[in-house]
Amino acid sequence: MNADPKGVLTGAHFIDGDHACCEGAIAAGCRFVAGYPITPSTEVVERIAERFPYVGGVFIQMEDEIASSIAIQGAVWAGKKAMTVTSGPGFSLMMEHIGLAAMTETPCVFVNVQRAGPSTGLPTQPAQGDMMQVRWGSHGDYQIIAVVPNSPQECFDFTIKAFNLSEQYRVPAFVMMDECVGHMTERVVIPPAEQIDIVPRRWFKGTPDAYEPYRADADLVPSMVKAGDGFNIHVTGLTHDEHGYPNMSVAAQDKLVHRLREKITRNVESIVEYREDQIEGADVVVVTYGITSRTALPAIARARRDGLKVGHLRLVVVWPFPEQRIRELASRVRAFVVPELNLGQIVLEVERCAAGKVPVRLVGHTGGTVHQPDDIYQAIITSGKGR
Amino acid sequence: MARTEIKIGGFGGQGVILSGYIIGRAASIYDNKYATMIQAFGPEARGSACSAQVIVDEEPIAYPYITRPTMMVLMSQEAYTRFSPELAPGGLLITEEELVSVRTTGQDVRHLSIPATRIAEELGKKMVVNIVMMGYFGAVARVTSKEALRKAVEVSVPKGTQELNLKAFDRGWEYVPA
Repeated sequence: MNADPKGVLTGAHFIDGDHACCEGAIAAGCRFVAGYPITPSTEVVERIAERFPYVGGVFIQMEDEIASSIAIQGAVWAGKKAMTVTSGPGFSLMMEHIGLAAMTETPCVFVNVQRAGPSTGLPTQPAQGDMMQVRWGSHGDYQIIAVVPNSPQECFDFTIKAFNLSEQYRVPAFVMMDECVGHMTERVVIPPAEQIDIVPRRWFKGTPDAYEPYRADADLVPSMVKAGDGFNIHVTGLTHDEHGYPNMSVAAQDKLVHRLREKITRNVESIVEYREDQIEGADVVVVTYGITSRTALPAIARARRDGLKVGHLRLVVVWPFPEQRIRELASRVRAFVVPELNLGQIVLEVERCAAGKVPVRLVGHTGGTVHQPDDIYQAIITSGKGR
Repeated sequence: MARTEIKIGGFGGQGVILSGYIIGRAASIYDNKYATMIQAFGPEARGSACSAQVIVDEEPIAYPYITRPTMMVLMSQEAYTRFSPELAPGGLLITEEELVSVRTTGQDVRHLSIPATRIAEELGKKMVVNIVMMGYFGAVARVTSKEALRKAVEVSVPKGTQELNLKAFDRGWEYVPA
């Protein structure tokens, strides 16, 4: 279906990534946001608060991030598309409710404008230090989807993408921005509403007596109903059966947790997205995501001018991770170089998939700014000379 | 024009960020170029030396920060002291004549100044000093077309102040140093 034109500011804008994220959410149909302002994500909710009255949305500034991350889930079960927005310290507080959203299959979007940590760290400076936290931060086995934009335009586009994936697979989806992208101002082109594809909620089509809240469809995702519409629903974080009631048996646990995992792992090929440049015949492949996909470009160009065959694989969806593609490349290339604004997170995934076949070189950075292209260049050159 | 790195500096409240925004908007929306603006955050944006950085290019911009600015517009002494050493050799330095006292340091730059505060006062509102500076910058630097920059001023300033700001822009554009 198409976006509701009422929420779409069609045209060319010069806005920052935070504001573009807000517009993406509104275009995606988000009409409920709960949040607790925190730098560098505050501008997202500031704009939400200003724009929502005009599109019929509800914004609540909550008492903290714990409350924000559960308020949105209430709104989802009442029928809204909902989102919360935060940065590292707030994200840490949200972990329990991320697990709840995964367990109850509540489609909702979390935006994390990453700043340098640990703890309160550098509030006004970028990092990519929450990339493993987003995948593993809550307890138990579950899957999520995370997209990583590298520009204000992508903050708009990928926020819509996160909402769509969240609705399609009924998982919490994450827009993993960083301070640099969030506070960077560039041209953002918002298309007409009829050119924006929106995935609607998977509403149950049958009658109340035929409804089982967690009876999955063929793609392992169950359909939803709205609380108060006359259907029996039960939403619990306890292990539950198809009826939604707690079921403390090993069999119920095994069935549910496997399905929560497999509804993503079986659909990985339709969820993962990456952009490749000159991968064919490459000796060294630079794997990037978010802002590093831009800071690596001058380094890659320079190494190519030196005569090196350098490919660039830029992750758009980081979780689920494109394991298959990295495994294939590991048998063809001589090395991977992974620059990231942390001391080694996604590089662990690349190493895991490379499985010792080729060296994987991290270009780590503790954040506070972005990489100097020269550091990435040196790593490419060193890797190209290796073996 | 290849990648141009511009730094705007002044004290918080002078309209430093708005100035950077106007250049970027002019280039990327009305001149069909690429522009990336990054502004200072934190306490420095609310009082002391505050800055905005803008990159304008014909090509998509990969690296988002300025590394060696080739143009600077500085509106306070503190901003001058702090930022002017970063200016690339042969770069363009534009200062507010009465707020910045420029030392002769032997730095290889093209220095121009404009009494923008005085011009703004003549127009009746000191607040438009940054727009006078933008007009002068536009005429001298030619990073964007005049139409694009003027349009960006018109749509970026608060409603009800467009006429005054456009006058300020024109006075800056037409200014000829004595």
